[in-house]
Amino acid sequence: MGSQARLEKHKESKNSHRSIALKILVPVKRVVDYNVKVRVKADGSGVDLANVKMSMNPFDEIAVEEAVRLKEAGVATEVVAVSCGVAQCQETLRTAMAIGADRGILVETDAELQPLAVAKLLKALCDKEQPTVVICGKQAIDDDANQTGQMLAALMGWPQATFASKVALADGKATVTREIDGGLETLEMNLPAVVTTDLRLNEPRYATLPNIMKAKKKPLETVKPADLSIDVAPRLATIKVSEPAKRSAGVIVADVAQLVEKLKNEAKVI
Amino acid sequence: MSNYTAPIRDMQFVMRELAGLAEVGRLPGCEEVSEDLVDAILDEAGKFASGVLAPLNRTGDQQGASWENGNVHTAAGWKEAYKQFAEAGWTALACDPEYGGQGLPKLLSTAVMEMWKASNMAFSLCPMLTNGAIEALVLRGTDEQKALYLTRMVSGEWTGTMNLTEPQAGSDLAAVRTKAEPQGDGSYKIFGQKIFITYGDHDMTDNIVHLVLARLPDAPEGVKGISLFVVPKFMADADGTLGLRNDVHCVSIEHKLGIHASPTCVLAFGDKGGAVGYLVGEANRGLEYMFIMMNEARFAVGMEGLALSERAYQQALAYAKERIQGTELGVRGGPKVSIIHHPDIRRMLMSMKSQTEAMRALAYVVGAATDSAHLHPDEEVRKRSQAFVDLMIPVVKGWCTENSIEIASTGVQIHGGMGFIEETGAAQHFRDARITTIYEGTTAIQANDLIGRKLAREGGATAKTVVADIHVVLGELETKGGEAFAAIQRSLKGGTEALSTAIDYIVATYGSDIKSASVGAVPFLKLFGIVAGGWQMARAALAAQRLLDAGEGDSAFLSTKIITARFYADHVLSQAAGLGYAIVNGADGALALSEEQF
Repeated sequence: MGSQARLEKHKESKNSHRSIALKILVPVKRVVDYNVKVRVKADGSGVDLANVKMSMNPFDEIAVEEAVRLKEAGVATEVVAVSCGVAQCQETLRTAMAIGADRGILVETDAELQPLAVAKLLKALCDKEQPTVVICGKQAIDDDANQTGQMLAALMGWPQATFASKVALADGKATVTREIDGGLETLEMNLPAVVTTDLRLNEPRYATLPNIMKAKKKPLETVKPADLSIDVAPRLATIKVSEPAKRSAGVIVADVAQLVEKLKNEAKVI
Repeated sequence: MSNYTAPIRDMQFVMRELAGLAEVGRLPGCEEVSEDLVDAILDEAGKFASGVLAPLNRTGDQQGASWENGNVHTAAGWKEAYKQFAEAGWTALACDPEYGGQGLPKLLSTAVMEMWKASNMAFSLCPMLTNGAIEALVLRGTDEQKALYLTRMVSGEWTGTMNLTEPQAGSDLAAVRTKAEPQGDGSYKIFGQKIFITYGDHDMTDNIVHLVLARLPDAPEGVKGISLFVVPKFMADADGTLGLRNDVHCVSIEHKLGIHASPTCVLAFGDKGGAVGYLVGEANRGLEYMFIMMNEARFAVGMEGLALSERAYQQALAYAKERIQGTELGVRGGPKVSIIHHPDIRRMLMSMKSQTEAMRALAYVVGAATDSAHLHPDEEVRKRSQAFVDLMIPVVKGWCTENSIEIASTGVQIHGGMGFIEETGAAQHFRDARITTIYEGTTAIQANDLIGRKLAREGGATAKTVVADIHVVLGELETKGGEAFAAIQRSLKGGTEALSTAIDYIVATYGSDIKSASVGAVPFLKLFGIVAGGWQMARAALAAQRLLDAGEGDSAFLSTKIITARFYADHVLSQAAGLGYAIVNGADGALALSEEQF
């Protein structure tokens, strides 16, 4: 058997493997682009988003990349990208589809969305879509909440593996290597499950031009929170947003005693 | 370290407000071209330019391409980047869908091309030359040639080159000596030497498709005896399987002032019995075919001028914000400040920024006109657009490239002593820019084309329609209040008068005293560029004000645009009168000395 034939055979065995549908749901968030220097609104009510470049949360991009790689490897059969937020989140979904997601769902709302509300919306979509696994970023670079994946797992009653640096799916189980303090931990859990991605899981590809063009034609469904019977009202109130304190000029201390005194009483760090 | 961020916001503004993206989207075959699609493509191309190509720019400059035993090795990272570039489909953006291209309009490919050239000009030359070769084969190749070469070149699997220059035949191609001997089986054997062949050899692809100008045995003397041949590096079966190495070899590469990573090759054809080649199109019409592609290539080199100016500006701006030196003028005992606080640094930055934006506006407008010239359903419109494009190509090429040398030099100046030190990278842009006024026709060749073929031959008819268009903008400016618009109106009016006078002078003098007219050719090209740039900046200011009045868009960007247009009017457009004077009065002084008096 020539190498080409072996390859075909290999493909066939993968295809037979494929007969079990394995759908991956990937939530993606539209955030201020990581290159943008964020400014706080003058009234301290939040961050100024007017005319700021927005992009897909980088951790979510890693999640999309992982899902698409699983599909390309013949493990997953469908990748569905989901975004919750304003109408412009469609662009974020198109980006996910240009990387390789098959279709997109936008839960459109102008309301402020907090992690619990997003987790509830995602739960409603999971109930409807029945994915085998949800892969999402471990946190979004705007609010750094690091909660949505965990909340979704809890609401679904599914196992979760956070901060993944390696993901393998086989035989109804996920084997996930996690980045933890001081090393790596490998967990095995039953599917369906939630996985959240860390930085080293993969390096997202550059979308190709043909895929950018194709992404425009992939299905994108829009629903409203009310269609899913979810109340997205915020449960937390933002009291004030302020810029970090500016660094002030340094002083030269006379001796160690004065340094210790300043660290204790001025900086209050010891 | 020099970073590059594609100026997407300005690109979008120019495409939408000045170049008429919406109109381009209505042209037949461009229905898919929506703002959304354009934004998605610009975004991703910008990421690729910043993430993959820009970091290699410095490496390429330092290492350069190298030659060993007849083979060229590209700088570290080049091969991988090229593979990624081709796999991402960027080589196919503007190509014909029949051969695997995406068939996207010139306006969009212009913006994307700016990114490749700004992030890494030496890299960008390879796909640019390949595009030229693709176009020649699309226009004149046989069905077999198309089938064998085109899809592979469009996909980037093989690259292409253009072989025109020989040691004795530079600007004057009539002196081409390379021979082509018919073999009786439809093939030819090519003998000769070509120089200055960009990416004439490299290690990025398995095969290279050379397009070569050569003479048949019975060919007439001069330009009417030159034919075009396709000569592959490796012979290939009809299915593309590579066979024998063809007798074309890179015998050395040049050591150059800039674009070190772009291998500039001396190619020897036929040292070992003859290089196998095939005729493209008809015999003795090679130069004519080259001229069809020349517009495209000249436009692309003009884009290099724009792109390097943008890159130099970004780098100078970052340095000016970071470098602390001196105190603010007029503030006694004040703290040390970054140099962007100093008036002359501001003047230099504004001069770089305003001219770069003016060049972008003009180049994209010409890009959109190219789309209209190719695709518009109304023949009259197609003709008018083509005339405009033909007129403006030498202006875009000559003006943008001449500017880029000055702008990159200003970039060095802003860096002070550090600009003269290679480590900052400011010098690279200056060195890289230096070739742009030379290759694909020197500035003088552009200027002669402009005053002769494009102006005098038709009595200045198309140039006068441009002047008429500028008058419409002048009328609009008059209705606007405020100092900025008054200043723009004043300078644009003065510039347009100078341009009109110069047009009349050239048209009147060209036939009777071609030498005098030619002394004014380059100043005329610059004058045309400056005024056309001012025209576009005035349109930009008007569009920005319209959006501000409507409460749309990014107000900070839009008000910056109006101020930038005003700076351009005060500092750049105001030079028009001086150029006009030199054109009309400067011939005697230039021509009077005898050779001995020099």
